[in-house]
This record gives sequence, structure tokens and C-alpha cells, in this order.
Amino acid sequence: MKHLLSTDGLDPAQATAVLDTADTLKRTLLGREVRKLPTLRGRTVVTMFYENSTRTRVSFEVAGKWMSADVINVSAGGSSVGKGESLRDTALTLSAAGADLVIVRHPASGAAHRLAGWLEGTGTGVVNAGDGMHEHPTQALLDAATLRERLGTIAGRRIAIVGDVLHSRVARSNVHLLTALGAEVVLVAPPTLLPTGVENWPVSVSHDLDPELPALDAVMMLRVQAERMHGGFFPSAREYSIAYGLSERRFKQLPEHAVVLHPGPMLRGMEIAAAVADSPRAAITEQVRNGVHVRMAVLYHLLAGEEEAA
Amino acid sequence: MMLIKGVRLYGEGDPVDILVRDGVIAEIGPWLDAASTQELTRQEMTLEIIDADGQIALPGFVDLHTHLREPGREDTETIATGSAAAALGGYTAVFAMANTDPVADNAVIVEHVWRRGREVGLVDVHPVGAVTVGLKGEKLAELGTMARSQAGVRVFSDDGHCVSDPLIMRRALEYTKALDGVIAQHAEEPRLTVDAQAHEGERAARLGLAGWPAAAEESIVARDCLLAKQTGARLHVCHVSTAGTVDVLRWAKERGTKVSAEVTPHHLLLTDERLATYDPVNKVNPPLRTESDVQVLREALAEGVVDCVATDHAPHAPQDKDCEWSAARPGMLGLQTALSIVVETLVRPGLLDWRGVARVMSEKPAEIAGLPDQGRPLAVGEPATLTLVDPHATWTVRGSELASIAGNTPFEGMELPGVVRTTMLRGRVTVSEGKVQS
Repeated sequence: MKHLLSTDGLDPAQATAVLDTADTLKRTLLGREVRKLPTLRGRTVVTMFYENSTRTRVSFEVAGKWMSADVINVSAGGSSVGKGESLRDTALTLSAAGADLVIVRHPASGAAHRLAGWLEGTGTGVVNAGDGMHEHPTQALLDAATLRERLGTIAGRRIAIVGDVLHSRVARSNVHLLTALGAEVVLVAPPTLLPTGVENWPVSVSHDLDPELPALDAVMMLRVQAERMHGGFFPSAREYSIAYGLSERRFKQLPEHAVVLHPGPMLRGMEIAAAVADSPRAAITEQVRNGVHVRMAVLYHLLAGEEEAA
Repeated sequence: MMLIKGVRLYGEGDPVDILVRDGVIAEIGPWLDAASTQELTRQEMTLEIIDADGQIALPGFVDLHTHLREPGREDTETIATGSAAAALGGYTAVFAMANTDPVADNAVIVEHVWRRGREVGLVDVHPVGAVTVGLKGEKLAELGTMARSQAGVRVFSDDGHCVSDPLIMRRALEYTKALDGVIAQHAEEPRLTVDAQAHEGERAARLGLAGWPAAAEESIVARDCLLAKQTGARLHVCHVSTAGTVDVLRWAKERGTKVSAEVTPHHLLLTDERLATYDPVNKVNPPLRTESDVQVLREALAEGVVDCVATDHAPHAPQDKDCEWSAARPGMLGLQTALSIVVETLVRPGLLDWRGVARVMSEKPAEIAGLPDQGRPLAVGEPATLTLVDPHATWTVRGSELASIAGNTPFEGMELPGVVRTTMLRGRVTVSEGKVQS
């Protein structure tokens, strides 16, 4: 593995290997006072974030540092990026300056793919940390890690993804990964928030959350961005919440073992009731914790795994 | 004097020779050598001979939709380089779109473009006038003044932008009736294409690219056909891209609407399958559609529901394409590849013969734009404005080798059939053996 650009087409064996490594790393670090492994000493990882994101950037940064990589953060505001330098020039500059891996978050779908193309032959790898409405593969991997931890297995599990599927890179990455790992996925959203051609995706689709609840092993609530609320995709936040919010009443319809996920940041009260978010059956902080281990595993497979293979 | 030897007119019948004198076709017939030699001796002139053995003669091509980028973006194309690309593609007339900087919404700019075209002299450059001031869709530009200028503008378009306000469109259609002009509409309902990046379909949805729905084109075409019928005015639909638009056009023509339409070569060949690489060389507006749209467009062109081929030749600088998809400008080069794409998509599959190629590449566009001396029959007494094509030869497209300054061709590396050997504008050879004669 040289790049991690999407979960679409990711070999399930490869994905499982990353999840296993994440698991090992988590157990290795458990209870340690100094959470630092020497594995990536001397390797340089650059995060390039063209969108505001605290959780993902911090997660990658911590992951890199715990692996002893040198982590450098470039944000669009505080560098030549803000002066209108092209994405291509920025990437080539960072590569020439010695980056072994570039982690990119960008509002344009496909930005990470383009980056990987431009860096062809330079030896610099690319991790997609979210590109537009396309994919967010490490989020899907950390969701899978969390589900595996809570449920034991993913194959055969029924998982609902609820909310703004249309604009969600988290939903796309999860659909590819979870179905590849053998889960049944059901997308629940109003028709205005479902992508064109979703009927041909390897999922089932519903506009009605309530009848789905009793059969679910997990429910993943998606974030509703403010601009969607004003974009006429649904009449009001209130109506959305009534139809698609994970209220306490709905929470009680779920089986006892079912897990509640949310990629964050959460809109409490609208997407998810506060009591549900804070319930022990919600794995939301666990997702964040696993995010670090999964990203460590990704860095390991991209930077160290390759050497081992060679 | 010039003698074209061994050419088949419209790819039909036996090979003949064409004698060209004073820019006009003087004689057509087999073995004209003797007669011409006699005349030469009499007139003490030299005879230039063009060996066109195995080639096909067609009337010079007319492109209703070209972006020459001058004034404003001379780093990507100029009237000189664009004219060269056109001549190499077999064209003898092009219509230069109005979305230059400054916009061609007044007599000064259109006359400048027209004059530069004449100075270069490789093809007839006809400026298209903007319909509205600054292409803003709010206020009619001085259409009459542009029509009465030296440039004699007859085709008006806000191409790149849709004249979306129905009242402005109605007035534009009505007003141009007095100018014997036509409104060429870029059909795109802007409210349905906010942030749109690619054809709204399964492929774009998977790739997370915001959709450009077919209905955004079809609804405007339907509305404009109704307005054209209501006002009795003439409408031309730019770059038809969907099967639904073909249905609307068929319906409108059946009820007597004065509507014509063009399709681009890229919409005859490429589909949204190209999105997968996220390479913006495939980004164009309207976007590449589906396989079934492509098939319907080919049949509609062959049948005549879509009247002609127009390139929408749109040069762009590398930095405007070598970037992320959403930041890239839409558009692709087309002048030098148009004929070959038509041969590949229509002639080879048997949908269109060479007589049909003459119709869709030359006669119809000349008629739509009201050009009296283009798209004429290959006959004695007609202007020697023609293109000689080798139908058997193939060539490989290389963006860097095209005459345009920009190199943004989506056909890079493709081997295509049909090579333009000679282009002639009123008896003047503008391209000989694939080389521009300036």
C-alpha cells in the first residue's frame, strides 16, 4: 500500500490487516505511561488541511507522534496555500522538502487522487483525510474498528447510516468498507439527501427510520451541516429531527446490543438526543480513541509495512 | 490557377479533377490536364497541381461555436493560432464566442475580432455578439449596432451563461427578427446547476461530484422552443448533450418551431465514465453524459433532428486544468479533432455518409448563420472553399502538437480516422499536406 485514497476497491484482507494492526497497537499502548513507539523514527509526515477540522487533524498528529514520526502541520490559512499557490505546487514542494507521507483534507472531491497522481514517482505517499463529498477512508476504518470491538464481528451485521448521505464522504467510505467486510448496510434519509443511483449501491434504502430500528446491530448518525439546513433539502431542522433524529424513544427501539456511532461533531438535540449520545451504548468517544490507533496502523502500513515487504 | 487531381466529390462516384480559377471552381471533370494546359499556354500562367488521389472533397467546414480567447486570454489562444487550428481541422469559417475579456457585447470588440480574423486570413472569423451586457443576463446588449457594424453580426449568444430570465430571452428572440439574426442559447437553468461539477448520475454520485441534471438543459430548451414558436423568432440550441433534449427538439420541429441545434464532437464520443480519474481535461459544460445519451445524439445528428456539429473549442491554460476538479475551468479543444470524431462516431458505424458529413459540418451551420458563400455546393461557378480529406489515413492526437497554444484535448493519444490534407478558402490554399500556409 502506497496511498490510502478511498475504501472503494480496498481489498477486504488489506482492510482487516489495518484493523488488526490497530488492535495490536491499542493493546500494546494500553496502560503505558509513555505512549510512544519508535517505529517511524526519521519519517516525515505532513498534514495539509484545506478545511477546518480539529478532530481529524489532531488524530493524525497524535498518531504520527506516538509512532515517533516527525509531524508537520500545514493549514491553508497560515502558509503559501493562502497566497493562492496551486495544490500541485504545494504538494510537489512538500515532497521535495522531504515528506514521506502527505495527509490531505480538501473541499474538492478527488483532490487526494489528483495529489497521488502528481506525486507519482516521488516516493511520497498520500492519505485522504476527507475529500469533498467523496471519501474519508480513515473514518470508515475507525468506525469498523469500533464496531468490531463492540460487536465482535462485522460480517452479517446490519448497520444503518442515517442522515445526509448525499453530501457525506463518511457515508460513502462506510458503505464501501462495511459491505466489503460483509455487513448489511441500510441508508436512511429523505429522498433529497440520497445520491443519484443509490438504488444500484450494494445497500438497502429507506426513508423511514422507525421500522429499521429493531433489526439493527448498529446505527451511524451523520452530521447535518448548517448549509444543508438552509439549502432547502428539508423544510426545517425541527421536521428533520422528528423524522430522522435519534431520540430517546427511538433509542429504546434498538436491540440491547446495538451500538450508536456518530463521526462528530454532533448536533445534540437535532441529530441525536443528548441522553443517547452520552449513553454507554454510544461509542462516540471510543470512535475518537480508536481513530488514533487506526491512523497509527495506516501510517505503519504505508511507511513501515512497505519496507518490510521489500 | 490550380488543379486538384483525382478527388471524389462528397466521396461519391468516380474520381474527378477540379480546376480552380480566381477563387472559383472553374471546371469539374475527369482528366482536366489537357484543357487546363491549353488554357495555361494561352494565359501564360503557371498551374499548381494538388494530387488528391484517393481523397474526398467536401465544402469547407463551418464552426458555429469556437472560443478564440482574444481579447483577454491570449496565453491560451489567439485569433491567429485559433485560425490555424481551424484551417488544419478543415474549417473555412468559425464563429468566435462572445465571452472574451472584455466581452464582445459592443461594436468595438466585434469589429476588432472581425478585423483580426481578416488580417490572419486563414478562415473567415465571424464574431458572435453577446445577447446581454457583460453576459450578465440582465439587459440586452446593442444587438442592432453589432449587426450593423463592419462585423455584420448575425449570431448572438451569452454562451458560458444561459439567458435564463424568460422575459429577457423572449425580447432577445423577438428583437433579432429585425436583424435576420439568431439567438444561440447555452441551455442551463442556473438554479438547477448551482456548484454542478458533472453529469448528475450514478458515476458523479459515487465520486462525490455535485450533479448537473439533464433537466437543467431540457427545461430551458423546452421553454425557449415555446418562446421561439410564440414570437416566430429563430432559436439555435448550443451543445445539445442529452437524449431528453433530442425529444424536445423533435417535438418542437414537428410543430413548426424555427429551431436548430448543434452537438459537439466530445458529446458524440465521450461519457461520464471519464470522471473516474478526476482529470479535469474531461471537465466541460454541459458535462459528458451517459452512453445512451451519446447513442441518441449520434442518431439525432444522422437523422437531422440535431442539425450540425459545432466544436465548442475551448482552450485553457495548464494551470486551469492541472488542478483539482472543482477548481478547473470547463472546456476542451475541438477544432483539429472534430472531423475525425465525426468519422469515428458516425461514418465508420454507417450512420452517416460523406454527403452527410458535408451537411452537418458545412452546409447546415452556414445556413443557420446565414453565410452566403460558405457551405456551397461543389459545382462550377461556386467559391473554391473546400476541404480535401484522406478517409483512409489515421493520426494520433497529441495536444502538444496541435496548433492551439493550449493543449487541453481529451483525445490525447487516441488514434483517429480521417486526415485533412488540404483546406482552401476562396481558392487560397490555407492548409497543404497538413501544414498551414500563411
